[in-house]
Amino acid sequence: MLATRWSPWNDWTEMQSQMGRLQNQMNSLFGRYGTANGSSFAPRSYPALNVWENDEQLLVEAELPGMELSDMEIYVNGGNQLSLKGERKVPSSEEGTWHRRERGYGKFARVIELPHLVDPDKVQASFKHGVLTIKLPKQEASKPRKIQVKAE
Amino acid sequence: MAEMVKQETGGNVAQAEHTRDNPMFTPRFDIFERDDELILWGDLPGVTTENLHIDFEKNELTIRGCVAPRQEGAQYLLGEYGIGDFYRTFAIGEAIDTEKISAELKNGVLTLHLPKTEAVKPRKIAVKAG
Repeated sequence: MLATRWSPWNDWTEMQSQMGRLQNQMNSLFGRYGTANGSSFAPRSYPALNVWENDEQLLVEAELPGMELSDMEIYVNGGNQLSLKGERKVPSSEEGTWHRRERGYGKFARVIELPHLVDPDKVQASFKHGVLTIKLPKQEASKPRKIQVKAE
Repeated sequence: MAEMVKQETGGNVAQAEHTRDNPMFTPRFDIFERDDELILWGDLPGVTTENLHIDFEKNELTIRGCVAPRQEGAQYLLGEYGIGDFYRTFAIGEAIDTEKISAELKNGVLTLHLPKTEAVKPRKIAVKAG
């Protein structure tokens, strides 16, 4: 006779709530990615990217505080691949003690596939206040075309 | 030496709510202590000097960076981070010479120097041979 029954769904919900709790803890630890109202942006790789588009171009933005444009390498390969490379250097530390080290350092590289073919010769990058913005003009073939409908 | 930079005020305690309906983020900081000063480096991408407010009062250091909204209404193909203001408070458990605090903002990184007052700087004691 079974005294207790195993109920997989109870275990599942328990696990889910634990996962949720863990995620909340992670978010509060790495506060940058947890907003005040609780939603989270899970970073997959560094740097985190925002990509959006308009009719003319694709726009890619990354927050890279402490970098210089000359420390970064930006490539467009094959018209639809963007690669970003760079290195953030450790601030000079002579004799002393670290109390907190939350900011990361070191080399990074990231490659993303773009949803449109872009014109590599016309790509522009600007870097302002630690925010990198890359403008990638779409190739003619990738731009939306308005279709005129004739009335019969 | 006892840990000089204590837990941030805040932590699990309920924080004061901000009035603007703009997301608020906790910026990442490095804190380094030298004999004569504390140095803080903070990542504040998108913040300009006009929109950065630093207050030091009653041993509490407050850093507020306002970021102008951008990408509003953008339909993200990839949206991995949010844009909003930065806010962080530290309780500094050491005597700081408030007159000599200096701050610099470059490429979205804040460098803050908090010099210690003369009284707390370590002094080397010369020992004479008897």
